[in-house]
Amino acid sequence: MKNNRRNVWMILPIYIFTIVFVAGPLFYMLALSFAGQKEGYGVSWSFTLENYAKILDPVYLDTFVQSLKLAFVSTLCIMLVGYPFGYFMARLSEKWKKRAMLFLMLPFWLNSLIRLYGWVIFFQKKGILNTILIKLGIIEKPLSILYSYPAIVVGMIYVLLPFMVLSVYSSAEKLDWSLMEAARDLGASSVCAFVQIAFPLTLPGLLSGVILTFIPSMGLFFIADILGGNKIVLVGSLIEEQMTRAGNWPFAAALAVVLLVLTSVMILLYRRIFHVETLEGIG
Amino acid sequence: MKKNGKAARFYLLIMFCIMYLPIAIVVVHSFNSSKLTVRWGGFSLKWYETLFSNEPLLEALGNSLIVGGISCLLSAVIGTLGAIGLSRLHWRSKGVLEYISMLPLMIPEIILGMVLMAFFSMLHLPFGLVTLVIGHTVFCIPYIFLEVKARLVGMSPSLEEAARDLGASPGRALWDITIPLIMPAVMSGSLLAFAMSMDDVVISIFVNGPRLSTLPIKVYTQLKSGIKPEINALCTCMLAVTLGLLFLYSLLKKIFGRQEKKQ
Repeated sequence: MKNNRRNVWMILPIYIFTIVFVAGPLFYMLALSFAGQKEGYGVSWSFTLENYAKILDPVYLDTFVQSLKLAFVSTLCIMLVGYPFGYFMARLSEKWKKRAMLFLMLPFWLNSLIRLYGWVIFFQKKGILNTILIKLGIIEKPLSILYSYPAIVVGMIYVLLPFMVLSVYSSAEKLDWSLMEAARDLGASSVCAFVQIAFPLTLPGLLSGVILTFIPSMGLFFIADILGGNKIVLVGSLIEEQMTRAGNWPFAAALAVVLLVLTSVMILLYRRIFHVETLEGIG
Repeated sequence: MKKNGKAARFYLLIMFCIMYLPIAIVVVHSFNSSKLTVRWGGFSLKWYETLFSNEPLLEALGNSLIVGGISCLLSAVIGTLGAIGLSRLHWRSKGVLEYISMLPLMIPEIILGMVLMAFFSMLHLPFGLVTLVIGHTVFCIPYIFLEVKARLVGMSPSLEEAARDLGASPGRALWDITIPLIMPAVMSGSLLAFAMSMDDVVISIFVNGPRLSTLPIKVYTQLKSGIKPEINALCTCMLAVTLGLLFLYSLLKKIFGRQEKKQ
């Protein structure tokens, strides 16, 4: 019993910290979302549903639709690109596995904004991509890729891809490859063996990768800012604007509550459908 | 069977090339004497000079290192203790506790940032170093917690039991046996957490306050206001430092590895 008490002491800091600085603020936000906005700046504590009613305004509703669309499109692309990436990486020899891991993690250490800036230089009107395409004779006039939707998606894929690759990799790494060999020996084609054995066994990695990319993709407003100009307003930018420049905190809180409910519902539904229990990869 | 075909190897190669393409572009342009990134104006080091005389940017780098260092250390202690404690408890509600400790990963960063901002201002905490450190510690803890937890799962409890049987106090057994065994996980979790902290824009933007600015925030505001060639130089310097540290790390590992073998 005494032993148990010491363990409780050990977990106290993490729970005090998380409850005070995560759960507490979340409840405060919930309360704030029902409060009114004082004239000018500040919060008046009277119960109102005004903030939620305001979200139903088509202008604000559209930002939610845009954000969800972008998150879905990016997550889908990341899945398509990242799954083979992680899977093939797990099939490298030990020596190359280590090298590939190093190369995958190295960009993490460079500021993601600066890396996005590299894409800006690449995509711009007289940039490298357009010059190459014109020289190859594929296009005649430079394309305006920068500040367009595809540019934002490229940025999203670029920043979030490692999370997907890591989770697929960690699940493919544990795969017992002799199962695949057995299937092949018994006459299965390589495609059939993959579909029947490797894919189902690496599915947990893919699914947790989807969660790990979908959650952040709802909030990474700076990517849309840098690569998309100000064309697309996402919920993230709206919240940031309301918090910092517009100073309407209750409305920002209501936006955040709706965003949080939306993401949680998505993840719950997704877990229900695919029976994802634990997250793999980042651990 | 376990080998990749040609197509798979080609795919990996292409993906890595694309991953490093923007970095290569930035590095090349850091030596471009033309301010415009659309044409090559000849080799020059002038953006490095501009960088090292850009005091706000260097100050922001310093702030980032301080915030990253402190919050990394704090979260390493909190996260490791939590993971060890939780692995030894056998409660029925353990799943819920585990879920709570991962909460910061389950919430979009933007929401975490804004609730912290609202909460800190409710507590009348002055925005600055303290709020930044708290904010970063919040999202750093789960990385270390997860890493240590994974390591503990694969560890046999009999080692610590043996130490206890031989008369070590619980504290001593923890310090002498368990901690050294999980150290690699603590280190790699901390490294990841530090990298995340050095790169965070979304949470910092809400909790940094008007006076203090971290490197990513400075870069963000400068990029928004137009092209700044010295930022290319900054990226190149960071790449060089990272590569240097990696090289040093592998060198040390080799030296110590050899010593261990000798023993």
